[in-house]
Amino acid sequence: MNGNPADGRFGAVSRRGLLRGATALGTAALLPLGSGRAAAQPKQGGTLRLAMAHGSSTDSYDPAMLENAFAQLFATARNGYMTEIAADGSLTGDIAESWEASPDARVWTFKLREGVTFHSGKPVTAEDVIASLDYHRGEESTSAAKPIVAPIVEIAADGPGTVVVTLESGNADFPFVISDYHLPILPATDGRIDPLSPDGCGGYVVESYEPGVRASMTRNPNYWKLPDRAHFDAVELLTIIDAAARQNALITGEVDVIDQVDVNTVHLLQRAPGVQILSTTGTQHFTFAMDTRAAPFSDNNVRLALKYAIDRQELLDKVLNGYGALGNDQPVGPSDRFFADLPQRAYDPDKAKFHLKEAGLDTLQVPLSAADAAFPGAVDAAVLYSEQAAAAGITIDVIREPNDGYWSNVWMVKPFVAVYWSGRPTADWMFSTAYAAGVAWNDTFWDNERFNQLLNEARSELDEVKRAEMYREMQLLVRDDGGVVIPMFASYVMGLSDAIGHPEQVSANWTLDGFRAVERWWFA
Amino acid sequence: MVATLRFTLWLAVAVVAAAVLGWLFRAVLTRIAPANAARLLRSAPLSASFGMAVIVFYLLVAILAPTIAPFGEREVVGAQFMPAGGEFLLGTDNLGRDMFSRLVFGVRNTVSIAFITTALAFAVGAVLGLLAAMVSGWLDQLLSRVVDVLMAIPALIFQLLLLTIVGTSIINMILVIALIDSTRVFRLARAVAMNIVVMDYIEAAKLRGEGLWRLIIREIMPNAAAPLVAEFGLRFCFVFLSISALSFLGLGIQPPTADLGSMVRDNATLITFGEVTPLLPAGAIALLTVAVNFVVDWMLHRASGLKE
Amino acid sequence: MSDIWWMILRRLALGVLTLFVVTLLIFGAIQLLPGDPAQAILGQAATPETLAALRTELGLDLPAWRRYLDWIGGVLQGDFGVSLANKRPISELIAGRLANTLFLALYAAVIAVPLSLVLGVLAALWRGSWFDRAINVLTLSSISFPEFFVAYILIFWLAQSGLFPSISNIPPGAPLAEKLYRTFLPALTLTLVVTAHMMRMTRAAIINLLASPYIEMARLKGMGPTRVIVHHALPNALAPIINVVALNLAYLITGVVVVEVVFVYPGLGQLMVDSVAKRDIPVVQAAALIFAAAYILLNLAADVLSTLSNPRLVNKR
Repeated sequence: MNGNPADGRFGAVSRRGLLRGATALGTAALLPLGSGRAAAQPKQGGTLRLAMAHGSSTDSYDPAMLENAFAQLFATARNGYMTEIAADGSLTGDIAESWEASPDARVWTFKLREGVTFHSGKPVTAEDVIASLDYHRGEESTSAAKPIVAPIVEIAADGPGTVVVTLESGNADFPFVISDYHLPILPATDGRIDPLSPDGCGGYVVESYEPGVRASMTRNPNYWKLPDRAHFDAVELLTIIDAAARQNALITGEVDVIDQVDVNTVHLLQRAPGVQILSTTGTQHFTFAMDTRAAPFSDNNVRLALKYAIDRQELLDKVLNGYGALGNDQPVGPSDRFFADLPQRAYDPDKAKFHLKEAGLDTLQVPLSAADAAFPGAVDAAVLYSEQAAAAGITIDVIREPNDGYWSNVWMVKPFVAVYWSGRPTADWMFSTAYAAGVAWNDTFWDNERFNQLLNEARSELDEVKRAEMYREMQLLVRDDGGVVIPMFASYVMGLSDAIGHPEQVSANWTLDGFRAVERWWFA
Repeated sequence: MVATLRFTLWLAVAVVAAAVLGWLFRAVLTRIAPANAARLLRSAPLSASFGMAVIVFYLLVAILAPTIAPFGEREVVGAQFMPAGGEFLLGTDNLGRDMFSRLVFGVRNTVSIAFITTALAFAVGAVLGLLAAMVSGWLDQLLSRVVDVLMAIPALIFQLLLLTIVGTSIINMILVIALIDSTRVFRLARAVAMNIVVMDYIEAAKLRGEGLWRLIIREIMPNAAAPLVAEFGLRFCFVFLSISALSFLGLGIQPPTADLGSMVRDNATLITFGEVTPLLPAGAIALLTVAVNFVVDWMLHRASGLKE
Repeated sequence: MSDIWWMILRRLALGVLTLFVVTLLIFGAIQLLPGDPAQAILGQAATPETLAALRTELGLDLPAWRRYLDWIGGVLQGDFGVSLANKRPISELIAGRLANTLFLALYAAVIAVPLSLVLGVLAALWRGSWFDRAINVLTLSSISFPEFFVAYILIFWLAQSGLFPSISNIPPGAPLAEKLYRTFLPALTLTLVVTAHMMRMTRAAIINLLASPYIEMARLKGMGPTRVIVHHALPNALAPIINVVALNLAYLITGVVVVEVVFVYPGLGQLMVDSVAKRDIPVVQAAALIFAAAYILLNLAADVLSTLSNPRLVNKR
């Protein structure tokens, strides 16, 4: 029943397949094999009631601001995107039927699928695609996706069905990048989209939306993926912030699916009649980020001491109740095609002491800021870490910060903080988001010359073997010199009513089947 | 049916045990106390004796916490959620810390914080409230309007705002909760005193030329004490709840310090599966609340002058 | 009687002043909070460029006093503005939530107030009896549990057995009976939370009067204990009781965030907490205004009633 992370490798994607994508839907991911509930044939009908742990009354339709999982899943349900990451981690086309790159991977040509229409009936054209991407670009953009589209130099139409994107430098992973949930294709009028409009070209049409409370949708009868997708007649998304309330809603049959099951009580929920637990381990990881510019973290020996002073297994067992995988102080997970299987770093107070001595210190006292806003259980994780580090002569003073304003007042402000990363589908994307020198979310302020050079070279490197070697070295650099302690990769743990069927392979890049449970699952 | 019977049985046992405890406590205390105190104590009903016994018990636990607790407050001693019995009297919590030790330290931390906060709130609120009623005029207007403004902002939101601004140390938390609670006390004290101020004996005392403070302390305070004391018993337990609600918003006491309110919060989801673990810290709060209010009831009864 | 009218008028004027000060306080407090709306809205996704752009777009580059004046100018003309976070008109955003909040508060009050008065009178009547003790232990235990915990216990007992729904998910346009059914558990939770306070104050205030000479007199005349309490003690004990009832009614309107969260009931409290998190000042201000107005009106009502209940106070002014 569980989506095994090892199955989600990108290894199956060849260089050729990446540079030239041509896809049809209805791949293996959609025709599940095996037995049990997951294997039943998809069936149309029913109203899915899905409750999520997120959603705020301040949410809106604006794709630039999709700030929490509710808004993100809601956007994915009503919208179409250029490309889609399939359940096995490979890339398939969505509105883009096929794509091709110039040899230096700098100019990308996307052929749009014919016959795709918005809910309003208007066909999707190159103009819509350009306006939708342009919305996130430019001086005035406040979009969270701005860094993703920043390398785009020019977007142009080549007839109504072709879009040509020119990048400032080669990026072999660009088609992956534009699958991002911030970049839905919306209808354009006079070259601009209306970001607050509910219209889209996805599988479900919005009936009503009350931010922070609920959204109701019905199936889009003209959805181009029918009948392979969008099995539910209607979908009701609910925000249930409280973990116990969410569990109770599932147990009492008020809802059919919940996300973010409290891992502390998941064994009890599993015993409840009519409930199945689904967990997927992908790219989501939890970190403790040090400011490598600030003493004492500017000394790599101190960083190494702190990396040896944490018992990753105990954190995985107690904070995640085993729902996850061990981290190795670098953010590329086993599901990535460039994952380098480096030796696992283990808890070793003696080595930590040794590195402290190398740094010229006998003892070390550092504050560690955490809040449950960083990730569920962050405060507990920090407390455990502090107990473990004590054995190495390191005093970690756990500071519980307010949840409110954590990302603006603590993250990247305080020197040592707990952070969650949902991860990125490719190593390049992850590294260029948070590890390249000077990028906006480099939360360790790490600046390693060799790493930066490798990252740039690897992005447009054509030789797959050479590229893998480069990513291996980068992972090694982050692990042994970087400013981040990564104790664990965390699973997405969901609770489903027994009546729900889903493909055997469930996407692990985001919660709820890569935000696509709404269109990929069904009532068995 | 069986469950109901067993529940009733346990309830009966608990009531009898409480009564016996109260009786024993009273018996012991009347022996060792000085004569006039003993006479007073002998008049205490069983419920009040029980309340006093529980309060003394909590005080002992609070003072002797490091001696009673088998493990340290923050010490991780085993796997998570180990069952009760054996080495760990009440099992372990979600991080593998000894539940019993955490409870003991939780009582120590929470009770002292709650007591200081309530006392502070009452000192400020009651004095200002009585003063406002007595002096009336511009002082009353000023204080009443300030309190109106402070009370017009929902408490939880206000605490959230203030604590985010000043930071969440224990001192700040005590001050913020005391400030907000004192407005409630002020209102009650003023309302009660307003009724007393118009009484004839106050007029008489004024005519006798008694000073302001003497009036407040000798004439008004004793007559306003009953509702204030009743309020104290409740406010005391509201402080536990405030701390717990703040931890709901991620602003409670700093870990790894144990406190009962946060312990309820941390384990609360278990109750939806019928597990009793979260009932332990919640029960510890409830027991103390009931005990304090039993004693308060007795004092109330004495203050009313009823002889029955 | 005209004294009372005069007092109401004066208090209403003061109430408006209070509202004004509340908006100033809240506005100032949010200015003092670390982080501004742009940072809060963009959250983890903020970059220096997007922050600067959003600040300009939201007008945050203007000085604080200008923004406050703009806001209050709008309010005086009946325009509450739009939410900074999602651009929705605030009056529309708040109307539905306010109706929900008032509905739940009224529902809980209709159960809780009569219940606590009756229990309080009975406890005073049978003071020291087993009934008195039991009702005290019961109500005290129920308030010494945090609200969310009471809610969880009720859900465990009453929702998991299928008697009541565990979340108050009300479809738009549901009939009143269904609304009452679906919001029963939150109303019951709130009842348990507020009953102890009101009931104990009723009991205390009555007992406090029982030794007064006029009660002694009534008793000596051979009046039954019930009649003494209901006809003689209760009317004179009303002032503190009314005050506590008003406080608790205000609490039912302004303080139920936690219950809203647990039962997924879309009320004003949740909206306000969300908006504080996003530093969405106009929404926080509008919600704060409503809460403050509710509190001021209830308070005024309490003062008027308790003044009326004590002829000495009426005549003093």
